[in-house]
Amino acid sequence: MTNGALLELVKVSTHYVSSRGARVVRAVDAVSLSVDAGETLGIVGESGSGKSTLALTIMRLLPPAAHIVSGQMLLDGEDLLQKSPAEMRHIRGKRIAMILQDPMASLNPLFTVGNQVAEPIRVHEDATRANAWRRARELLRAVRIPSPEERVLQYPHEMSGGMRQRIVGAIGISCEPQLLIADEPTTSLDLTIQAQYLHLLRELQRAHGLALIFITHNLGIVAKMCDTIAVMYAGRIIEYGPVRDIFRSPAHPYTQALLNSIPRLGDPGQRLAAIDGQPPDPANPPAGCAFAPRCMRALARCHIEAPPESIPGDGRTARCWLATPDLSRVAHLPHNPAEAGVLS
Amino acid sequence: MNMRATAIALPSRIAGFRLGDFPIFPALILGGILFVAIFADWLSPHDPQLGSLRLRFRPPVFQAGGSWEHVLGTDHLGRDVLSRLIYGARVSVVVGFTAVVVAGVLGTVLGIVSGYLGRWVDQVIMRITDTWLALPALTFAIFLAAIVGPSEMNIVIILGAVYWTRYARVVRSEVLSMKEREFVRLAIVAGCSKWTIMRRHILPNVLNSAIVLGTLMLGVVVVAEASLSFLGVGVPPPKPAWGLMLSDGKKGLMVGYWWLTVLPGLCIMLMVLSANLLGDWLRDKLDPQLRQL
Amino acid sequence: MRRFVTKRLGYAVLSLFLLSLTIFLLVRVTGDPAALMAEPGASAEQLAAIRKNLGLDQPLWIQYGSFMANFLTGDLGHSFYYNAPVLDLYAARLPYSLLLAAVAMAFSLLIGIPSGILAAVRVGTMWDGAGKVFALLGLSMPSFWIGLVMILFFSVYLGWLPSSGAGTPLHVIMPAFALGWYFAAAHMRLTRSSMLDVLGSEYVKLARLKGLPESLVVAKHAFKNALIPVITLAGINLVIMINVAVVVETVFAWPGIGRLLYEGISFRDFPLVQGIVLLGGSMIVVVNLLVDILYAVVDPRIRLEA
Repeated sequence: MTNGALLELVKVSTHYVSSRGARVVRAVDAVSLSVDAGETLGIVGESGSGKSTLALTIMRLLPPAAHIVSGQMLLDGEDLLQKSPAEMRHIRGKRIAMILQDPMASLNPLFTVGNQVAEPIRVHEDATRANAWRRARELLRAVRIPSPEERVLQYPHEMSGGMRQRIVGAIGISCEPQLLIADEPTTSLDLTIQAQYLHLLRELQRAHGLALIFITHNLGIVAKMCDTIAVMYAGRIIEYGPVRDIFRSPAHPYTQALLNSIPRLGDPGQRLAAIDGQPPDPANPPAGCAFAPRCMRALARCHIEAPPESIPGDGRTARCWLATPDLSRVAHLPHNPAEAGVLS
Repeated sequence: MNMRATAIALPSRIAGFRLGDFPIFPALILGGILFVAIFADWLSPHDPQLGSLRLRFRPPVFQAGGSWEHVLGTDHLGRDVLSRLIYGARVSVVVGFTAVVVAGVLGTVLGIVSGYLGRWVDQVIMRITDTWLALPALTFAIFLAAIVGPSEMNIVIILGAVYWTRYARVVRSEVLSMKEREFVRLAIVAGCSKWTIMRRHILPNVLNSAIVLGTLMLGVVVVAEASLSFLGVGVPPPKPAWGLMLSDGKKGLMVGYWWLTVLPGLCIMLMVLSANLLGDWLRDKLDPQLRQL
Repeated sequence: MRRFVTKRLGYAVLSLFLLSLTIFLLVRVTGDPAALMAEPGASAEQLAAIRKNLGLDQPLWIQYGSFMANFLTGDLGHSFYYNAPVLDLYAARLPYSLLLAAVAMAFSLLIGIPSGILAAVRVGTMWDGAGKVFALLGLSMPSFWIGLVMILFFSVYLGWLPSSGAGTPLHVIMPAFALGWYFAAAHMRLTRSSMLDVLGSEYVKLARLKGLPESLVVAKHAFKNALIPVITLAGINLVIMINVAVVVETVFAWPGIGRLLYEGISFRDFPLVQGIVLLGGSMIVVVNLLVDILYAVVDPRIRLEA
């Protein structure tokens, strides 16, 4: 992987274990990725694909039933998995910050907005109350909230959804982190507000040199905002690489299907292409490639053996037998798994 | 490569006094109390109502002055404590279970009727329920006992009359949500009469909640009966009731005759504790949404 | 706001009406009211006189009318035993019951809330287990038994605390403890589950993500929010406490309303009993009304519900 990256994950796996040890869910399975300063990585996937667990893994704030079982997570070369809880606490909010999806739920209804924005500043930078609140007002201005002096004394329920999400954003950048993880920040916002918010995030990124990890299920946003994209399915990254290249020529059938399912204007009468079937039961994944049961181009081999990571192009990876060089030259590929012959 | 999930075995916990899930000790205790209540005549060493003044205030066997003749001592009239405790179990069991059943039946029926028939029937029943609930249970029970006079039968009726509202409320809200469901609508379309629907379709489904509530109410009712007996408006003497024993026991308290108060109260506590534990377990198994009770 | 108050007021009035009607009917309907109202051992002439006095020969609704008229003008009957109006007796004893309930409530909150928080923060550990045991015991032990056992220990064996009466602050300790124990367990349970809910909420998650120390997360973000339902329950329980105190007051000879009720039953002083029940029920209705209004004043969202 790239050297000098700000954040680098190498084969990180997070498993949920039920209390009696009977069920193991591989929420995150051997994930590798990297983000440079100033770069925006988009993580795309259906619900249940493990994106949020991945974010919480990076922050090391998983529920008690979840364990990071293997891998390395390097922030500026330091392995986060070796850090003590106290050290991790200093990293959270200060070097890596996170924005959650629902701003109404993420803000404590009993405390003023100013209090909640000033809080991390007081804790991480030992600022005085006066200084922290001054910074809070500046931050509100930076996220384009009008009349910050008044707003700072208001409670979350007195603000609109879009404003609340900006507050959460202000909290995120309050201690000038190196990396900001945004977990579906625009999902609960109106469409008109979404665009403004994304614009704001872009500005903040440019102004502070932030690395941004953007978790979403919306490919349109990825196209607009991200430099690199990682597609997750059933806990694994099945495609990874520069956004332009992947959008132009996706290597994995799942990515292709996702891109196909975006309705296009100006094509009347086109049927919406959905992907048949459901994601696999996380506690009981199928043998072989997790996507094979739904894949239009699955080979017999796909149902038996999970594909390794292959490199279909510069700076790209994909987990698919079809992307593996020896197979891509085979002319006839069966569409229907039932028709497939023996292992080639 | 085999991608099947590999189970990681963690050591199983034997939590407290449960084996698997079923609370064994509480069940044994409650069963024991039931057993004692039924077979009191055979188990009791003495007549609980006969006492000899010569033998009053004897301590239990393990204290100086005690004897095996009266293992747990005697009370202020020389009556054997153990025998009274055994027969007291009968009273608690009979009154407790019967009152719970009476309240349960009354409350469930009224709850179903109120919830299903709606409109003015519902309003009337709900207003009565609210009024009932405005009166604290114990005060109300005392009031009723003052009017009708205490007797075992009356206590059962009184307790039933006081506590039915708890059932009615819960059952009614369940019925309200049930009314919208498919199987009820099908029954209506099929032409079943209101009463048939209530009896055949709704009743079996609310039974779960009613039973869980019943086990939880058992503890409450037993304490209520004990309280009433303690105050002198419960089961009338000379019949032994644990609450009554506590009231009598007060007489010897200031001189340190501890067994007259500690032992009956202990019995009450064990019965209530077991009922509560069983009720909790039953609720977790059958109907977790009753958690707020 | 005014509509809300009027509506609630209407409900309260309706409840009072139904309450008095219920009590009235219960007395009239079950047996001979005159015998109840008469002093024990009254002669036949006295009974006849009472019947005339109560107007028992008149139609029911007229009786109810005069009953209500009396109620509204503060005449709640006359106690034989004390030879005084019931209302006066009630008013004299009420402060003692309020004092006992206040101390018991304070105790139950001081024990219940911290132990609930501890159990939630250390969920699944020995602390939580201990908390569960405490809660179970508290909910299963009858308050009067606790009182009696305490007297045994602290008065008889140790001689530290007085066993009856209400002279000094020492007198209130044991009754308050006996009364409050059950509620401490109930409050502990609710605090624990409320705290667990709050600890799993999104804003607590964000607080942790901000890198705040866990102590700050619990003490600031979780605590206040978790407390809301507990305070609500405590308010309801306060009124219940006053009424349930009858047995504890009897055990400790505490001169409150409960003991008055006990005396009424013991001495077959029915007017006293009836008066206390009426007043007790009315008090609950009035308190509920005030609490509703208070909530509406504090939380603007509630006013819209009306």
